[in-house]
Amino acid sequence: MGVVTPGFTGRARGDNPRVPPGQYLTEDFPVLSVGPTPRVTTRQWEFAVVTEHGERRSWSWPELLALPSEKFTVDIHCVTQWSKLDTRWRGVRVETLIGDLDTAADYAMAHCYGGYTTNLPLADLLDGQAWIAYEYGGKPLTPEHGGPARLVVPHLYFWKSAKWVRELRLTGKDDPGFWETAGYHDYGDPWREQRYQGD
Amino acid sequence: MAGTAVSGRLAWQVARLAAIRQETATARTLVFDIPGWPGHLAGQHVDVRLTAADGYTAQRSYSLAAPAEGGRVELTVQRVPGGEVSEHLTGPYAIGDPVEIRGPIGGWFVWRPADRAPVLLVAGGAGIVPLMAMVRARRAAGSRALFRLVYSLRTPDELYYADELRKPYAGLDITYVYTREMPEGRAGIPRRLDVATLNSAAWPADFEATSYICGPTGFVETAADILLSLGRDPRSIRTERFGPSRD
Ligand SMILES: Cc1cc2nc3c(=O)[nH]c(=O)nc-3n(C[C@H](O)[C@H](O)[C@H](O)COP(=O)(O)OP(=O)(O)OC[C@H]3O[C@@H](n4cnc5c(N)ncnc54)[C@H](O)[C@@H]3O)c2cc1C
Repeated sequence: MGVVTPGFTGRARGDNPRVPPGQYLTEDFPVLSVGPTPRVTTRQWEFAVVTEHGERRSWSWPELLALPSEKFTVDIHCVTQWSKLDTRWRGVRVETLIGDLDTAADYAMAHCYGGYTTNLPLADLLDGQAWIAYEYGGKPLTPEHGGPARLVVPHLYFWKSAKWVRELRLTGKDDPGFWETAGYHDYGDPWREQRYQGD
Repeated sequence: MAGTAVSGRLAWQVARLAAIRQETATARTLVFDIPGWPGHLAGQHVDVRLTAADGYTAQRSYSLAAPAEGGRVELTVQRVPGGEVSEHLTGPYAIGDPVEIRGPIGGWFVWRPADRAPVLLVAGGAGIVPLMAMVRARRAAGSRALFRLVYSLRTPDELYYADELRKPYAGLDITYVYTREMPEGRAGIPRRLDVATLNSAAWPADFEATSYICGPTGFVETAADILLSLGRDPRSIRTERFGPSRD
C-alpha cells in the first residue's frame, strides 16, 4: 500500500469492476489533444490503409459511409485518469477496411490530420476490437472529439484512439508515435496501468 | 521523454508539503520536498496520488508551477467544488503531510531556455500554472526570448501569482482579459477573449512565435481557433486542456 495521506478518505470508491485501477468515472467527455482542433470537412476527408508493400486503398467520405457499419457501446479510459462508461458510437470495423489487402504486418501506425501519430499492434485492431467511428451518441462526431472520423480502440488508453485519423500504415516494425516518443507507454493497457514507458 | 529522458519505470516518490502560498480564495500553491527529484522542463506535469487509511487511492495530474529548486517542487491547485483530490489538497492537506508524486511527464507542452523564438502564452484561469513555469524558467535562465502573456480571468480576485506578475519585467508583456468583473479604475466592460485582443497581443505571423494555450477545454478551443484564423501555423500552437467539457 502507498503512503497514507492523513485525513484523506476519498470519495469515488473504486469498487466498479468496469473501472481500471487509478481511474475515476466521469460523466463529461473531456477533450485532450496536443494542438488546435483540425477542421476537416467531409469533402476533403479521405482515409487510407497502406500496407508494408506500399499497396494503398482509400475511401472518400461517401465511400466510408457506404461500408457496413455497426453501432457499438464501449467503456473508454483516458491516461489522464478518467473513464467513461457506455459510450455509444457508430463506425466501420478496421478489419472491414483492411479486407483482403495482402499484409503480413504486425504493427500499424495511425496518421492523422494535424500530424498526430500513434502505434498499435495490428492484432489489437482486428476481430471487432477497433473501429473508424463517425458517430458519437447518435450524432456526427464533432471536431473536438476527432470528427469527421476517429479510431476507437476501447481496450487501450484513449490516446491510442487517434482523432482525425487519415491513414493506417501497416508495418513490420513497432515505431513509437507522438506520445510514445514523449514518454508514454508503447502499448497502453489500462488494466495494467501502462501509462508511461516502463510501466 | 524529451529533455529528461527516463529509463525504466517512472517511480512514485514520497513528497512532503513544506509550504503553502494562498493564491486566491480557492487556489493554493503547494511547495513540496521531494528528495532526489530529477528536475523538469517548464510545462511538464506530475501525477499526484493520495492514499486513504484503508488503501483506497486517487490520482490526478497537476502542472509543475515553477522550475525545481533542488528537491523543491511547486504545484498550484484550484479547488473544484466536490472535487475528490483538489478539495483535499486545498483543504485539510497540511505541512508535513505526505503524498506520492511521479514525473515529470510530457515532452510536448514544454518550453526550453535554449528556445529563441518569441513566445505567446494564453492562459485561461488555472491554465496559468504551466505557463507561469515558463515565465519563471525564462527568468531563472536569463533568457532573452520575447514573451507575451494573455491571461483571461473572471475577476481580479482570481489572479494567481499576483505579486510576481504585477512587477514589470523586461521582455514580458501581459494583457489581462476579465470576463465577469473589471478591476477598479480600469475602463471597459468584462468580455471574453476575442479576435481583436489576441490579434494585438499575438506576435505577427512572420515572427514565427510558438504559442502555448492552457485552460479549460472551451477556452483552449476558442483561443486556438482564433490563432488559426489569424494565420498562425497549426504546428506552432501547443495546447494543454485541463477541464472537463460537456457535450
Ligand atoms: C495535464 C494536466 C495538468 C493539470 N494541471 C492542473 C493544475 O496545474 N492545477 C489544477 O488545479 N488542476 C490541474 N489539472 C486538473 C486536475 O488534474 C484535476 O482534474 C482537478 O484538480 C479536479 O480533480 P478533483 O479530484 O478535485 O475533481 P473530480 O473529483 O475529478 O471532479 C469533480 C467534479 O468536478 C468536475 N471537474 C473536474 N475538473 C474540473 C475542472 N478543472 N474545472 C471544473 N470542473 C471540473 C468533474 O467533471 C466532476 O464533475 C490538470 C489536468 C491535466 C490533465
